[in-house]
Amino acid sequence: MTEGKKALLVMGCPEVPVQTSMVIYLAHKLDKAGYDVTVAGTDAAVKLVKAADPENHYIKKTTDVDQLIGEIVEQKIDFDICFAFMHSDAGMTYGATFSAISKARPYAIVFGKNAEGLAASIDYPAEKIVAKATHNPNPLKNKIDKVIL
Amino acid sequence: MSCVEQMKYKLYLERTSFKDAREYIEKNSEEVYYVDPGYKIFKDYYIIGVPPVAMGVRGKEMLFTYVKPCHGTFVMGIDSEEEIARLRENEAQKIKKTLKKGGLKEKTEPAPSSFNEMWKK
Repeated sequence: MTEGKKALLVMGCPEVPVQTSMVIYLAHKLDKAGYDVTVAGTDAAVKLVKAADPENHYIKKTTDVDQLIGEIVEQKIDFDICFAFMHSDAGMTYGATFSAISKARPYAIVFGKNAEGLAASIDYPAEKIVAKATHNPNPLKNKIDKVIL
Repeated sequence: MSCVEQMKYKLYLERTSFKDAREYIEKNSEEVYYVDPGYKIFKDYYIIGVPPVAMGVRGKEMLFTYVKPCHGTFVMGIDSEEEIARLRENEAQKIKKTLKKGGLKEKTEPAPSSFNEMWKK
């Protein structure tokens, strides 16, 4: 039963193209599975998903990632499941932070040219979804589809 | 934008990895304290990091990591006796809690040899 459960999608830097489309795809998938989905990111990352979904069909709630960290630490909000998108060390650092501050079940979605190396550097508890994808989203989409929600 | 960026700060490392930033703080501070991710400093900055997150003290300056999603990790230094006092107080509280639990006397397990081992517990 996922009805009423809350999911968080944390976006990293939006410079790798697959991130935005996979965030929209996963948000839709989670929404269909009954999750209340929030997407967090930098101003630029949030603008990218909003521009692609102008009538909020797929992305219903967005928030600033740094502000959200404060709200979780202050126990104003929390989630049941958290997917952190990452293709760089900074993204991995954000993923580790959410894993530490939130009670949510953590997933690390690792992509980009150095996906395997970055995934190997993750030493916090998270289920890893790894694909060497930069422009073609399908390798990552196939991995996401294997996650049991 | 966090209040940290509007303060008078020095940058010691720019656009590096979190691991390198942590090592810099550990090697270049007179005192090193470890805090959890989400530790709040100044008015509104919650530390982002991979545990253990190192914070350093060098004279009146506090050294800490500052992470930006598109730019990597920075090591910043800001003069703040107030924040340094809070760090020391935080550490003292942690020790008190450990002593209350009898952790130091009763602990018989060997210390973890890696972060992975810590997470397994």
